[in-house]
Amino acid sequence: MSNIKSAFENGKAFIPFITCGDPDLKTTAAVVRAAVQNGADLIELGIPFSDPTAEGPVIQGANLRALTGGVTTDKIFDLVRGLRKDVKIPMVFMTYANVVFSYGAERFISTCKEIGIDGLILPDLPFEEKEEFLPLCRKYEVDLISLIAPTSENRIAMIAREADGFLYIVSSLGVTGTRSEIKTDLASIVAMVRQSTDVPCAIGFGISTPGQAKKMADLSDGAIVGSAIIKLLEKYGKDAPKYVGEYVKAMKDAIR
Amino acid sequence: MTNSKGRFGIHGGQYVPETLMNAIIELEAAYEHFKDDPEFNRELTELFNEYAGRPSRLYYAKKMTEDLGGAKIYLKREDLNHTGSHKINNVLGQALLAKKMGKTRLIAETGAGQHGVATATAAALLNMECVVFMGEEDTIRQALNVYRMRLLGAEVIPVKTGTATLKDAVSEAMREWSSRIDDTHYCLGSVMGPHPFPVIVRDFQAVISREIKQQLQEKEGKLPDAVIACVGGGSNSMGSFYHFIENRDVALIGCEAAGRGIDTFETAATVNTGRVGIFHGMKSYFCQDEYGQIAPVYSISAGLDYPGVGPEHAYLHDIGRARYVPITDDEAVNAFEYLSRMEGIIPAIESAHAVAHAMELAPTMRKDQIIVITISGRGDKDCAAIARYRGEDIHE
Repeated sequence: MSNIKSAFENGKAFIPFITCGDPDLKTTAAVVRAAVQNGADLIELGIPFSDPTAEGPVIQGANLRALTGGVTTDKIFDLVRGLRKDVKIPMVFMTYANVVFSYGAERFISTCKEIGIDGLILPDLPFEEKEEFLPLCRKYEVDLISLIAPTSENRIAMIAREADGFLYIVSSLGVTGTRSEIKTDLASIVAMVRQSTDVPCAIGFGISTPGQAKKMADLSDGAIVGSAIIKLLEKYGKDAPKYVGEYVKAMKDAIR
Repeated sequence: MTNSKGRFGIHGGQYVPETLMNAIIELEAAYEHFKDDPEFNRELTELFNEYAGRPSRLYYAKKMTEDLGGAKIYLKREDLNHTGSHKINNVLGQALLAKKMGKTRLIAETGAGQHGVATATAAALLNMECVVFMGEEDTIRQALNVYRMRLLGAEVIPVKTGTATLKDAVSEAMREWSSRIDDTHYCLGSVMGPHPFPVIVRDFQAVISREIKQQLQEKEGKLPDAVIACVGGGSNSMGSFYHFIENRDVALIGCEAAGRGIDTFETAATVNTGRVGIFHGMKSYFCQDEYGQIAPVYSISAGLDYPGVGPEHAYLHDIGRARYVPITDDEAVNAFEYLSRMEGIIPAIESAHAVAHAMELAPTMRKDQIIVITISGRGDKDCAAIARYRGEDIHE
């Protein structure tokens, strides 16, 4: 059992996603601190992957910029060690199965524990394959976060019953990226989740405006925002921390 | 170890986003239902025979045999199929299956363009919409195939991300599938990706080894000593190997694209240079760096230019039932020219990788031994590129 629960004890949770190393790790650290100071409840740190198949163009671009800049898993572990000196809120990694597998699953997950990472989100590791890492995640008390999609239907209860940390509800079909409208019947998905688990659930994919965040947080326990933040990094580069801080404040105020 | 479906030893599995899980579960159920359905098989056999031109010839390459002075060489002529390659076997099977599932739209990735052309062809025949994802780099290397697909009514989307080659086309097709599942079937072109694709594609391509076995029995009254085929994702080789796996005395040899050599970074020889990893829905061997970032790969052949290999091949390698040899660009181009002049058959540059290894192997074998080489496709599409490789300024 990790610290993730605490992220949901401060009203509805606001969860920003940040790709580590975009444009460099120093900026990532400053962006994380700006987000924390402005009310973020949990930070989702992306470890870039060469071929992020669940991402839209915006986060694909961030992955590419970060990798081109020379960021590696080891450098990201060092970033987290530095952040953990003052950042107390839960932090989770979002990456792809091969990044964990190739590093050596036990070496990766035990390092997560050692540096204070609370959970792992792996979009290409569905329920059927979670045994790949779950025993190690349980051993080192790093929550393996499960995802539920608009197409999950008959699978929702099965996934929710075994969920650890929090449940990541994917708002829409397709890949990450901002959307003008979210049409999925999320209320009924959340209702099914609630019948099966007490683990909190947050909604992500396609959320960019305070209005959307409020709508999603009203339906669930929190809102996850990635692409909209990455767009700020793309636009402002090393000056992004200030803008991300303002953005996080606006989003948290909207859902509080 | 996980107990998920579709395992070949440690390889295979279903490493896809949750959004796609019900789609692949539905596909598996449909395939399990139709694969033994007499009506489905009657329709597929009719398409194979009347439309694609099966069975393909097993041709005794007499001049090549005499020139190399060793084992007797037979060529399995998948290049003579409609659309010019083995890809049509799998595509007709999947398109028919998709149609039975009520899907109205096919999407596909393509490298050299052969799978894209085959998919566009089946879509035209079966009145389905078709969208093909192709790395931008490959749309330039294989411009003629882009035109063929458009002529057949397909939309071709150039993929600009990553290395703009086959792996990026697969990623983009997966992204597209996850955004539109209801009416769309992802017609994956090789024995790769999440279960059930490696099984479905293998079963539809297994017609190759079923025919080789029967045809050689008629001509020679025995089994071959070696079956040689090129391996990118591995569909023509898996199809060529499948019915011989049980015949332990038949050597199964896959020829990987070594590009400029397996001691360089410009290679696509996955089994020879890769490590076990998880990518594109499967556990298998992948070319990757120490942190698991998928490596950019290189080969003169756009169809073998993929950083992974199908999970069943990975397993056959692990248990030593098949062996995988690297063939460089140079060796493949030499073989491309050799078969053209020797037998009057211009093979696809992909298939030329298999020819190259046979040229090395045949002289070391006895005259009463038999090698079957699968000529997976025809080489018209490669002529301009090979001419350029030889320093001639030819463009399509």
